[in-house]
Amino acid sequence: MSQATLPVTTAPRDRGYSTAWWGMVVLITTEAMIFLALLSAYFFIRASVPRWPIGGLPEPELHRSVIFTVILLASSIPIVWMEVALKRGNMRQVKGTLLLAFLMGAAFLGNTAYDYTHMDFGWRVNAYSSLFWGIIGLHALHVLVGLLMSATVQVKVWLGKVSPERHTTPEVFALYWHFVDGVWIFVFTSLILSPHFGR
Amino acid sequence: MRRVRILVFVGVCALLVTGCGAANSIVNPKGSEAKSIAGIWWVAFGLATFVYVVVSGLIIYAITRGHRKGARTSGLRENSFIWVGGVIVPVLILAVIAVLTVQTTASLRAASPDELHIDVTGKLWWWGVRYPASGIVTANELHLPAGQPVDIHLTSDNVVHSFWVPQLAGKEDVIPGQPNDLRFTAKTVGTYIGECAEFCGLQHAHMGFRVVVQTPADFGRWVARRQIAPSEPVSDEAAKGATIFDAQACAGCHTIRGTSANGKVGPDLTDFGSRPTIGAGALENNQQNLEKWIRDAPAIKPGTAMPSFRSLSEGDIAAITAYLESLK
Amino acid sequence: MAIHTKVNEQLEHELEEKWTDEPGIPGFFNTVDHKRIGIRYIYTAFIFFFAAGAIALVMRVQLAQPNSHVLSPQTYNEFFTMHGTTMIFLFNTPVLAGFGNYLIPLMIGSRDMAFPRLNAFSYWVFVLSGILLYSSFVIGHAPDGGWFAYVPLTNTPYSSGINIDFWGIAVVFVGISTTVGAINFIVTIFKLRAPGMTLNRMPIYVWSMLVFSLMAIFAVPAVTVAASLLELDRLFGTSFYHVAGGGSVLLYQHLFWFWGHPEVYILFIPATGMISMIIPVFSRHRLAGYIWVATALVAVAFISFGVWVHHMFATGVPALALSFFSAVSLIITIPSGVQFFAWIGTMWKGVVQFRTAMLFAIGFLLIFLLGGITGVMVAILPFDWQVTDSYFVVAHFHYVLNGAVVFPLFGAIYYWLPKMTGKMLSERLGKISFWTMFVGFNVAFFPMHILGFLGMPRRVYTYDAGLGWDGLNLVVTIASFVFGLGALLTLFNFLWSQRHGESAPPDPWRADTLEWATTSPPPEYNFAKIPVVTSRDPLWDEQPLRVAEPGPEPLSALTATGALEKTMPVTEGMDAKPQATLGIPEPSYLPFVAALGVGGLFVGLLVKAALIGVIGVGVGALAVVWWLWRTDEDLR
Repeated sequence: MSQATLPVTTAPRDRGYSTAWWGMVVLITTEAMIFLALLSAYFFIRASVPRWPIGGLPEPELHRSVIFTVILLASSIPIVWMEVALKRGNMRQVKGTLLLAFLMGAAFLGNTAYDYTHMDFGWRVNAYSSLFWGIIGLHALHVLVGLLMSATVQVKVWLGKVSPERHTTPEVFALYWHFVDGVWIFVFTSLILSPHFGR
Repeated sequence: MRRVRILVFVGVCALLVTGCGAANSIVNPKGSEAKSIAGIWWVAFGLATFVYVVVSGLIIYAITRGHRKGARTSGLRENSFIWVGGVIVPVLILAVIAVLTVQTTASLRAASPDELHIDVTGKLWWWGVRYPASGIVTANELHLPAGQPVDIHLTSDNVVHSFWVPQLAGKEDVIPGQPNDLRFTAKTVGTYIGECAEFCGLQHAHMGFRVVVQTPADFGRWVARRQIAPSEPVSDEAAKGATIFDAQACAGCHTIRGTSANGKVGPDLTDFGSRPTIGAGALENNQQNLEKWIRDAPAIKPGTAMPSFRSLSEGDIAAITAYLESLK
Repeated sequence: MAIHTKVNEQLEHELEEKWTDEPGIPGFFNTVDHKRIGIRYIYTAFIFFFAAGAIALVMRVQLAQPNSHVLSPQTYNEFFTMHGTTMIFLFNTPVLAGFGNYLIPLMIGSRDMAFPRLNAFSYWVFVLSGILLYSSFVIGHAPDGGWFAYVPLTNTPYSSGINIDFWGIAVVFVGISTTVGAINFIVTIFKLRAPGMTLNRMPIYVWSMLVFSLMAIFAVPAVTVAASLLELDRLFGTSFYHVAGGGSVLLYQHLFWFWGHPEVYILFIPATGMISMIIPVFSRHRLAGYIWVATALVAVAFISFGVWVHHMFATGVPALALSFFSAVSLIITIPSGVQFFAWIGTMWKGVVQFRTAMLFAIGFLLIFLLGGITGVMVAILPFDWQVTDSYFVVAHFHYVLNGAVVFPLFGAIYYWLPKMTGKMLSERLGKISFWTMFVGFNVAFFPMHILGFLGMPRRVYTYDAGLGWDGLNLVVTIASFVFGLGALLTLFNFLWSQRHGESAPPDPWRADTLEWATTSPPPEYNFAKIPVVTSRDPLWDEQPLRVAEPGPEPLSALTATGALEKTMPVTEGMDAKPQATLGIPEPSYLPFVAALGVGGLFVGLLVKAALIGVIGVGVGALAVVWWLWRTDEDLR
């Protein structure tokens, strides 16, 4: 069978990011929209009431939150390190950095759990309490999923299923982890920091 | 084929004309805002007809051209065609519409120093009406003086409703937690149909009201009349009805000013006898319908808070009816 | 016409062995083939279409005469809620996703979607959410708060039954399907195009599905949040929408319409994409102004996020803001104008063949023209104050969402069904169906404009005689049955064709895009050899269609070797140069199980049974772990 063929050039540079990585980019975009919608709701309701927090509820605790915010944000550093180490094939460093980031994330989540159990008010009190519990809780859920993903990746690393050539899983996880950290900046600034300034 | 098209065209025109002439039509305006909007509608309708005729003409030309001219290629320049037809002409038309919109909007719903304030409350499913200046309270019926600007202050303590009198003005939503004001001037004396336009539950269909536009003199008389408490019952039967009304659950929900009935759940019935409908448009207001309503309101308007009074004797119901119809 | 991507018989046999799903029930539940899933999506969506249509007809019977008692007010409210909810969430969106699923990989010259298992998952989620919503009918508590479910009516205490929970939970549930589908489309379109199919050679339909997906990614979260907060209020006693607790009623409306208006375009854009495929083929002329049409689609996506408040013109939002939204609502018509003149220009320059698919396209033009014009009208702020929530708006959006989406879809059925099933539909019956639908549609929906002018509000279960509404309502009811009959004729045509229809050749319409370069129906692997694209209309410009010269990885994925290994090429996002090789997963039950898990979570919420919910979460978490576990395994 005669067949017309055409010489095809391949992409000149590297093999590009995997489809899974691109899928995670889009997933993160839509997740970011969920947080944007919730934070918009927060400011919408805040703008429509005379006093914030509503009903004389206390402003959020600040000092411990700042410490654990720094811990969570800093946990992105070992993840970046992990990506570099993976490219170089240093699996020892990959294991170490993944574990470090996991512990930092777990510490943050522990703090959130502590906050929840020691809060003076429940989510039922008024719209402020509902927003506070709801948004912080959703973020915490994302951290939890991040930890679950991290655990999976770590098991894969220990079993030797990850190598400089097979790097998609840690890459996808890293992207998600950076997102969970990044979105916390907005959640923290809006929910915890801003009530201390302005009404 | 052509004949069919002409028939369709004539049919559409006939429908439109019916639409314009009919009562309750937004293009038969009797208020300031409805008049402005009808004006803008006719401009928009003219432009729309022009656009529809020209573009559908182009479509018909385009789909038949190849057959009429064989495979002869057309000299049409695609990009110019798209830019002129799809961008430049629409922008010009939209610019006209935008200017008109902004101008019209700016002149509507503006506060005025001599406006008459009326508080209207959306209920499930009826309308509470209060005139703060004169203290008049009524339900499902507004009286407005022709020529005087009004400010209808809309509130709800339940769900979202929307206040609409097509011949007088556009809609304004009645939103819990956010009072809104609808401002316009009724121009022509007459009675107009109003309705709830936002879905509000089971009896959204039966949340109608009437707007009676009167000459300022007539309106003044109406206000004066309403400020006097109803006189003693005129007949024995009505007097008996008044007694039953007070003794039964009626007085727990309804107010009749000047009597001991001061319930706040249902509509104020002080001037019930003069109202055109029962149950916010559910029935025409006459003796027979009122008896039916008292006997079993939920059968007529399922979901209403008004219970059925089948336990009452025919005589008692007739007496209450006589009493209520005498309240004018 | 020769099929250029075919291989010799022995190889074909081997490929078949490698690719064919298990027969019977296992294959039904574990298939990850985008074509089977796509067709399934379409069939399921049409079941919902006819269900929602039947519901509409019963409502029309109730409204045919004043003060009639065919339906109780409660049932009527449930019916219009289910009609709207079904049409938007369970018909329009999924049917477009179904066509996209089937067509996109074929049109871009790929062997499957980027995430075949995710694809199966999104189908199962869709079908389960539909079953969940319709189970409300079975227990006699269907949602009754309108498809828009405004608070506080839908919140406690005004709706304390389980009815609204079905709505809120199903909306969040089906949103997962839409989102996952959109992610899949975006990555597929950017990364799996055949070599040479640069962005500006992509068929307009592919552009439209890209825009559809991007818009879904940005819009769906808003409705997910709106419905989730509603359910939190209802199930867990939060105060997001309770005025007494400082919550806001308008917050719900803003969130809902921030999704709701883009959603209109989400539904409408792929329909225009279909039109942009059908019109050139039956005009025997390339699409005029390709670049402007593609630009217009992208422009609509952006602008449509700036118009949501035009659904809230009567809510007392400050006048300045209203003027802004009014202006943007006017501007958004311009991209549609561009597309319109591109279609007219195409037909003008070509010679139109009046096949059934083309009739539906022309019918669409005439209907959409009117819907677009009334769309401009309702953007005129004061005019909208009069007609919003009246039958004028019912007429307007049925012209846009029924006329301008359903007509292209029926056109698409006549155009693409031969490819999907390998059977030609009857042209004769198709034309009768078209004219019945066209006449029925216009006679049913045009008079609604006038009813709106006469002050008839939406969502009323009955009305009084003597308001001038009686005659028109009767006409509307009769015509809606005619419209329904027309749609049934196409259903009948489809069933008839499966038994008696002629076999479809690979390219019955002498079309231009790659899906016609393979057999009808296509083999499981779509193309044994991936075509190489050098123009926008490859089948018109390349005779014979070319394939790649064999070479080492990643080029080997382009050839029959790649097909034998169950792989497909990954190409660069912009200029589609081969970049890597992606494995296509074997059939798997996991998508089904994971969908059941997510469904379990939602059922648990619905019936307030913690255990079911916990099991659901557990299954969902396991699915996440499993997927991550497999990610590298699937790459070769």
